[in-house]
Amino acid sequence: MKALQIIRDSFVPLNMENVDTDQIIPARFLKGTTRDGFGKNLFRDWRYENDNEQKPKADFILNKPQYKGSILVAGKNFGCGSSREHAAWALHDYGFNAVVSSFFADIFKNNALNNAVLPVVVSDSFLQKIFAQNKDVTLIISLLDQTITIDATQETELFEINSYKKECLLNGYDDIDYLISVKTDIVLYEKELLK
Amino acid sequence: MAQTLFEKIWNKHIVKTINDGPSVLYIDKHLIHEVTSPQAFAGIKKRGLTIFRPKQIVATADHNVPTINQHLPIKENLSRIQVDTLIKNCTENDIELYGLGHPYQGIVHVIGPELGITQPGMTIVCGDSHTSTHGAFGAIAFGIGTSEVEMVFATQCLLQTKPKQMRINVNGELKKGVLSKDIVLYILSKISASGATGFSVEYAGSTIRNLSMEGRMTVCNMTIEMGARCGLIAPDETTFNYVKGKPFAPKDEAWATALNNWKKLFSDDNAVFNEEINIDAADITPMVTYGTNPGMGIGINDFIPSEKSFHEKEKPAFKKALSYMGMREGEAIEGQKIDYVFIGSCTNSRIEDLRLVANFVQGKQKAADVEVWIVPGSKQVERQAMEEGIDKIFEAAGFQLRQPGCSACLGMNEDKIPAGKYCISTSNRNFEGRQGAGARTLLASPLMAAAAAITGKVTDVRDLLN
Repeated sequence: MKALQIIRDSFVPLNMENVDTDQIIPARFLKGTTRDGFGKNLFRDWRYENDNEQKPKADFILNKPQYKGSILVAGKNFGCGSSREHAAWALHDYGFNAVVSSFFADIFKNNALNNAVLPVVVSDSFLQKIFAQNKDVTLIISLLDQTITIDATQETELFEINSYKKECLLNGYDDIDYLISVKTDIVLYEKELLK
Repeated sequence: MAQTLFEKIWNKHIVKTINDGPSVLYIDKHLIHEVTSPQAFAGIKKRGLTIFRPKQIVATADHNVPTINQHLPIKENLSRIQVDTLIKNCTENDIELYGLGHPYQGIVHVIGPELGITQPGMTIVCGDSHTSTHGAFGAIAFGIGTSEVEMVFATQCLLQTKPKQMRINVNGELKKGVLSKDIVLYILSKISASGATGFSVEYAGSTIRNLSMEGRMTVCNMTIEMGARCGLIAPDETTFNYVKGKPFAPKDEAWATALNNWKKLFSDDNAVFNEEINIDAADITPMVTYGTNPGMGIGINDFIPSEKSFHEKEKPAFKKALSYMGMREGEAIEGQKIDYVFIGSCTNSRIEDLRLVANFVQGKQKAADVEVWIVPGSKQVERQAMEEGIDKIFEAAGFQLRQPGCSACLGMNEDKIPAGKYCISTSNRNFEGRQGAGARTLLASPLMAAAAAITGKVTDVRDLLN
C-alpha cells in the first residue's frame, strides 16, 4: 500500500446522506476478478443517462468540470450497504485519496483504510462549513497532525484515527503484514483452544 | 465482571490486542462466494502464501448464478469466468465448494445454518454484508471486504475494534399478518439506516424468543441495514433444536459438550449496554418501504411522510428518493401498482417463507399483469418445497419457482427488474438500481409480497387473511 501523509487539494462536494455502495459501484460491475479498472464505473448510474457514457448527466457533481480534486466530501453514513470493496477500489481508481464525512459505514471505512483512501470523520458543523465553501477552495488533510483545514478560512478540526492505523498509513503497511507477523501467537491460541 | 453475549464470544476469540489499536480476532468459520473472493486468492498467490486453514472455509456460488437451467453452462461470459475462477481456486487450495449442481448449493447465508456449519458461540465472516444473518444462532458474524478475506485466508484472523453494545427488546404478541420482516423494517423505520452504526445489536424480549430460527435470521440479516457491525440473539431451545442433527452439527459426545457451552451464551443480568431500545410488538403493522434505503418504511395504513418533517440536511436525499420511486409526499402506500414480485434472497427464501406464501396463495391466482418470481434460498429448500407439493401450488397460482441464488436481490445475473417498474420484494435493499438500473423496489414481508401478487397492488395482507 502507498504511504499517506498530507493531502492538499480541492474537493468534490457530494451533499447527500446515506450514499450506499450500490451507487458507488453498481452490482453489474462486480464481475471482475482483478482490482483494476473500477474507476470508470464509479457512480455509474448517477453519472450517465441510460448507462450511456456519451450522455453524462449534467447536474451530477462528477460531471461538473469546475469541481475536481482528490478529496470527496459527502453527507453522513457514506458507504452504507453492501460490503463490496469494489467501492473503495473504484474511488481510488478514479483518483480520490480521501473521503470526508460526519460518519462512515463500518465496513466501507475498513475497506477504504485497506486501500489508502483516507476516511476523515469530521463534526457535522465542520462538514456543513466545507459544503458552504466555493468550488476552488483547498482542503489540507494532515494525517501526521490528524487535522483537516479549510485553506481559505484557516478553520481547522482534529480527526480521530487509532495510533496503530495511523502508523500503518504513514508507512504504507497493510494489516495483513501485521497479522502474518503474529502467526506464532495465532498458532498458540489455536492450541490453547483445543485443550 | 458481567458481560454481554457479544463480549463473552468476543473475549474468547481475542488472540492479542494492540495498544491503542485493534484486536487480533480469531475466526472460526469463513464463508466465501464467487464475487468477493477472486482478488483475495490472487493476493495470497502474489504474496507467495498458502491458505492457512482451508478446512475452516466453505464456498458456494450464489451471487452470479442463473436461476433457470442451472445444469447448462452459464451464458454470460464474465459471470461464467467468475464462477469458474471460484472452482479453480477451491480445487487448488483444497477448499470445500458447494457449487452449481451440488445438493448443498445455495445462498451462502441460507446454507451455513441449514448445514449446521453455523453454530452458537462462533465467529463467522464472509465477504458479504448480510453475514449478520448467522448472529441469529448467538454467533458474532459480520461482513468483510476482499482485503479482509485475504487476511483470513492468510492467518484465520482479522484486526477488529470492539463495537459498542446495543440491545433492542421487542416484547408482546405480534398481530395477525405481522412477520419477523415487519419487526426489522419497523425498527429500521424508527432508528434509520444509520441508527446502529458502530454497534453490535443484541435482540431480546418475548417476541424475539417466540420467533422460529428462520424468523430470527430475517431480523439479524437486516441488522446491517441499520449500520450495525452485527446482530445477535442468545441461543435457546429453539436454536439447539434447529442445529441438532444437521449435517455438520456436533454429534454424540461432542454434542453434549457443545450444548453445555452454548447454554452459557447469554448476556449477564448486570451486563452494560451503551444503548437500549424497547419496542412493543403490538405497535407493529405490516410494513412497506416507499424510498431508497431500508429505513424509509411505513406501516401499510400510513402515508409517505412530507418533506417538511425532515431536517434540512436530509431533504436532498428524501426528494431524490421520491423522485426516483415516482412517489409523492403525503400519499398512501396502499394501492400502489406493482409489476413484479420477488420472493427470495438471504432475508426471506427459507422453507418457512415458502410454506407461508404457499399456504396463503393456495387456490388463488396472481394478477394478470404481474410477474412473480420465487427463488428458493438453496437446493435443500427447493427439494423440500417439491416434497411438500409447494411447487404445484405456486404453479397453479401462476408463480415461477426458480432455482437457488441471490437473483433479483441485487440483479447480478439476468434476473433484473426493468427501469421504472415497481417490484415488491422480500429482499433487504431498496437502493436505487439495486434490482436493475432504474428499478423501483418496495421491501416487504413474504406475506405482503404474496398479497400484492394476487391483487397487483400494495395490499394490506390482513384483509385477505381468514
